[in-house]
Amino acid sequence: MAASTIKIENLHVEIEGSEIIKDFNLEINTGEVHAIMGPNGTGKSTLASAIMGHPKYEITQGSVHLDGENVLEMDVDERAKAGMFLAMQYPSEISGVTNADFMRSAINARREEGDEISLMKFIRKMDEKMDTLEMDQSFSQRYLNEGFSGGEKKRNEILQLMMLEPRFAILDEIDSGLDIDALKVVSKGVNDMRNPEFGCLIITHYQRLLNYIKPDKVHVMMQGRIVKSGGAELAERLEAEGYDWIKDELGIENEQVGDQQQEA
Amino acid sequence: MSVDTKWTYDEDYVKEYSQQRGEPNWLTEERLAAARLADKLELPKPEKTNIKTWNFTEFKHDAGVKETIDDVENLHEDVQKLIDRSTDEQNLIVFRDGHPVYRSVSKRLEEQGVLFMDIETAAKEHGDLLRQYFMGKAVNVDEHKLTALHVALMNGGTFVYVPKNVQVEAPLQVIYWQEDPEAALFNHVVVASEDNSEVTYLENYVSFQEEQKSVANIVAEVYAGSGAKVSYGGVDHLEKGMTTYVNRRGYVEKDGRIDWALGQMNEGNTVSDNTTILAGDGSYADSKSVSIGRGDQSQNFWTHIIHHGKHSDGQILTHGVMKDKASSIFNGVTKIEHGATKSNGEQTERVLMLSEKARGDANPILLIDEDDVTAGHAASVGRIDPLQMFYLMSRGLPRSEAERLVIHGFLAPVVNELPIQSVKDRLREVIERKVY
Ligand SMILES: Nc1ncnc2c1ncn2[C@@H]1O[C@H](COP(=O)(O)OP(=O)(O)OP(=O)(O)O)[C@@H](O)[C@H]1O
Ligand SMILES: [Mg+2]
Repeated sequence: MAASTIKIENLHVEIEGSEIIKDFNLEINTGEVHAIMGPNGTGKSTLASAIMGHPKYEITQGSVHLDGENVLEMDVDERAKAGMFLAMQYPSEISGVTNADFMRSAINARREEGDEISLMKFIRKMDEKMDTLEMDQSFSQRYLNEGFSGGEKKRNEILQLMMLEPRFAILDEIDSGLDIDALKVVSKGVNDMRNPEFGCLIITHYQRLLNYIKPDKVHVMMQGRIVKSGGAELAERLEAEGYDWIKDELGIENEQVGDQQQEA
Repeated sequence: MSVDTKWTYDEDYVKEYSQQRGEPNWLTEERLAAARLADKLELPKPEKTNIKTWNFTEFKHDAGVKETIDDVENLHEDVQKLIDRSTDEQNLIVFRDGHPVYRSVSKRLEEQGVLFMDIETAAKEHGDLLRQYFMGKAVNVDEHKLTALHVALMNGGTFVYVPKNVQVEAPLQVIYWQEDPEAALFNHVVVASEDNSEVTYLENYVSFQEEQKSVANIVAEVYAGSGAKVSYGGVDHLEKGMTTYVNRRGYVEKDGRIDWALGQMNEGNTVSDNTTILAGDGSYADSKSVSIGRGDQSQNFWTHIIHHGKHSDGQILTHGVMKDKASSIFNGVTKIEHGATKSNGEQTERVLMLSEKARGDANPILLIDEDDVTAGHAASVGRIDPLQMFYLMSRGLPRSEAERLVIHGFLAPVVNELPIQSVKDRLREVIERKVY
């Protein structure tokens, strides 16, 4: 498969009338891992959800293209079928639907009718990925995310990533709530996915994750857009010094988004 | 005899019917007393549903004795699909329009002294035992017109008796198949589980062609003795045209327990009463029911647990899916009587609305006459959560498939409890057909 590109241009996103994302631009190629860091409330999850088609977010300007195809015109499931994936900061719980049934339906939804994955093959794959993530087998028969601990939910998001093998994945705070061992395991899962046909955008607050998953590029998000980009060393400096130096450098007083602050 | 109810089955008819069946005197007398009551009593008045215009009194009472069938293979194809044939410990009775046509009882069950037979035979062969339970502590003949009519005209049913300390492992399965589209069903079930015994009973009410106007009037009584455990599964899927009154009652003694799992999938108008009396200390009831309303169907569900015993525990879960112009009222009632200290009652009623025109009311009611108890309820009426849809669709599931999963998940609490795989599978198919 040839290299792919996801291209976000001049994106503006509103929620309930207030503009959260303002002129956001980013291009990611398969084979690359990008990281976005930024203080709380600067629009990182909003960006991720809007790209995936969350019903609450309204895109007022700009575009998202996947190899020239207009993503914003696609339904949420079409975006997934086109190769996009979002590991959510707060995954939903679906009672009565087992993890295994759900994942098999999701895999089959991407396949043609008559070409469904065989039950044997599915079970083998799920067993293997759960082993990598050191998840207990019982999770395959648990209801989807119901009663999962914070860390278990994150693992389950990465399990889905590994089962579905998308071309582009956005991982929204996949490290939050994970203990150190779990962080290593989850990172290993993501690293297993790394190849020239997979691109990834990692949203995180902690540089530690980026020690395990080496990013090609690091971006800092404030006020709903990227205010600084660099390599892995940028994350290290943020970890050591926080965000104040960037705010000073750029003359930003309030890094958050919303109506309370007006840019001069 | 009032003309407007067209109540054509009078005392003479009832007497003759009872004698024809060779019933013991006590039963004939109970029927006659009930027939007299039926004339005087009024219909029940279920909360928020007007059933005055529903047909409870026009029907063909008995479709006539049916030939028995000696091989499952010769049963109606759709009936066969409900039967678990993988097991060699089969305990099964199939009724056709109220008459038993097939019966298979494992050797083991007989050796254990368990009675599992149609109620007509039970009345003849074990009349004294049946009498101890029939219209006993769980239900009264004079509650209203429908309970009285029920006793007067009872034309089918099952008697299960499990002696003390006996554990019945394989489930007892009964299929009440209505074939004649005009025939009424006045079905009576007694499950009596003596002290420290254990039994699982699973019933299906089915018909496969649209009824002309007819009536199902069903009463089930379940008695769990001290330390006894009864699991009672029921799947109702009677076709449109059949007006159903179904009353499933339980009475639980000290440390006993009843678990109900009811899939209420009738296509016609239905009034359902599922009441459990927690009489003994430490008694337990778990009442789960799910339903789907569609078309212009009207239904009223009443799930009721009454606590008398100390440390008694009652759990109610009701999930309903509403589509088209259907209307359903879900009443959950937890009643804790004075003296039932340290009791706990929880209930959840959830209604999923799939259409703007449907109506679904969830009414959780806590009636508590004792201070030293814990109780809680949760109720909601709403549409499918858009965040759940976003989550599922973001994995590539089309909207329709995502909805399907959520709905099956919503109804899973009952589907998963049913003890026979073939019945589970058929219920899933019914859900599929009703929702899409
Ligand atoms: N449904 C909503 N209604 C109103 N405001 C919202 C809604 N969702 C997000 N916001 C606001 O948008 C802003 C950006 O939120 P977002 O979740 O994108 O931030 P974030 O950068 O992901 O923060 P964090 O690091 O804490 O996860 C916040 O001020 C938030 O309160
Ligand atoms: Mg966030």
